Amino acid sequence: MIKVSIDMDKCQHYGQCCFEAPDVFALDADGKITYVAEVADDRRDDVESAADVCPMQAIEIS
Amino acid sequence: MAGVVIIGAGLGGLRVAETLRASGYAGEVTIVGDEIHLPYNRPPLSKEALAGGVEVADLEFRRKAHVDDVTWKLGSPAVTSNLKEGTVTLADGTVLHFDALAVAAGIRPRRLPIPGPQAGRVVLRTADDAQELRAALVPGAKVLIMGAGFIGCEVAATARKVGCEVSIVALDAEPMIRPLGAELGAGMRRRHEANGVNFYLGRTITSFNGTDHVESATLDDGTVLACDIVVEAVGSMANVEWLDGNGLDLGDGLSVDDAMIVEGTSNVVAVGDIARHHNALFSGPKRRIEHWNMPTETGKRAGQTLAALLAGEEVSRAPFSAMPSFWSDQYSHKIQSFGMPGNATRIEIVSGSPDEACIAEYFDQSGLVGVIGIDKTSELAPYRKLLMERG
Ligand SMILES: Cc1cc2nc3c(=O)[nH]c(=O)nc-3n(C[C@H](O)[C@H](O)[C@H](O)COP(=O)(O)OP(=O)(O)OC[C@H]3O[C@@H](n4cnc5c(N)ncnc54)[C@H](O)[C@@H]3O)c2cc1C
Repeated sequence: MIKVSIDMDKCQHYGQCCFEAPDVFALDADGKITYVAEVADDRRDDVESAADVCPMQAIEIS
Repeated sequence: MAGVVIIGAGLGGLRVAETLRASGYAGEVTIVGDEIHLPYNRPPLSKEALAGGVEVADLEFRRKAHVDDVTWKLGSPAVTSNLKEGTVTLADGTVLHFDALAVAAGIRPRRLPIPGPQAGRVVLRTADDAQELRAALVPGAKVLIMGAGFIGCEVAATARKVGCEVSIVALDAEPMIRPLGAELGAGMRRRHEANGVNFYLGRTITSFNGTDHVESATLDDGTVLACDIVVEAVGSMANVEWLDGNGLDLGDGLSVDDAMIVEGTSNVVAVGDIARHHNALFSGPKRRIEHWNMPTETGKRAGQTLAALLAGEEVSRAPFSAMPSFWSDQYSHKIQSFGMPGNATRIEIVSGSPDEACIAEYFDQSGLVGVIGIDKTSELAPYRKLLMERG
């Protein structure tokens, strides 16, 4: 499993991550990011892409 | 030593290196940067970092494990190159040989030749620039900003937050008018005015006055504005001089094909702010797009191109297609854009009004080319999807 976390002090809820991995990141009705904290290994490429495109560089993967 | 040499240790250069490794290229990779810093994120330099204090270590990009073995040569710029011989020479005299070259040198702020003292006039591109500016942003300081583009407006908002007195002088009729259009631009101007920023629009500065240090600026209508610091944010120039003498067209960055290969070369790619490219999602001439998401898009493509080239495989010539996207934070407001709103010939506000949360659609003769939201981030996804379907 891959562990995903977002530094909520950095996150500005731009939602760019949602376009790369919509099954992992989403904007809720209030425009706040929600995410799945553990995802299957085969999702690594998209989760990495989501971390790459985050303007605030707030996404951490391990 | 040969392999791949990357000039420019910013976001674009980092993405090229990562993609080379991810694509299986195991040869030498050398990244040359004229700044002393490892690649870091620039957008906070006019926003949070400028308000709070510029800690470069906090801004550094996460570097993936597979780029641990690249060689960093930081603090000495490339000064000349000979593409035929495959060499680049750095300011410290080092000559680097390459099998393939990636140009990721970005742009620098344009300086205008305005008479008067130089001291007190700054630009904002690098962390070092931001540190210098940060030191001058003390409560009560008079900050004069030249240019009403995104960087000028973001610095204005940050300087107000810190308690400075802020004036913006710009030739444009409204702030950020080129991408936003007049109506949204005016809405943003009114937000700035409500926060205490003074605008001098349709004006230029004819001279700076003061003995050693700038003390005031004279505008073309004779107005004199007192100032302690001047931030020049009036456009940019591509960092191409080190490529002189290779027969390339260096007029506006570097023209690249769909694979990011520089026109007139076979083993040189360009990425990020410096690369002028087509985009299959939008018609029109090749353009440089100075948005943060483009170094990643172009850098990944260029990395794949070089990996294929160096492995002796066929390079994909599929049309390059990427959604330009930018954001900006000013006060509590978030502007977000998708597409090419600057290309529009018609703008329609489809939700809200310029003075509140709103969405505007941008059209040219081909249809929808862009969308911009102010404080509407969560409602923009469907528009982005529509724009993606242009391709
Ligand atoms: C203050 C600021 C705020 C911004 N805010 C936003 C924003 O909110 N949203 C957005 O979408 N975009 C924003 N941007 C734009 C975004 O940061 C750029 O599009 C992006 O940094 C471009 O990346 P790049 O790799 O092409 O170039 P750069 O990040 O500029 O990297 C190029 C590097 O190459 C180095 N270099 C230049 N010449 C040489 C040489 N001869 N030899 C060696 N090295 C050289 C440069 O010093 C630099 O370190 C902002 C930019 C700035 C400056």
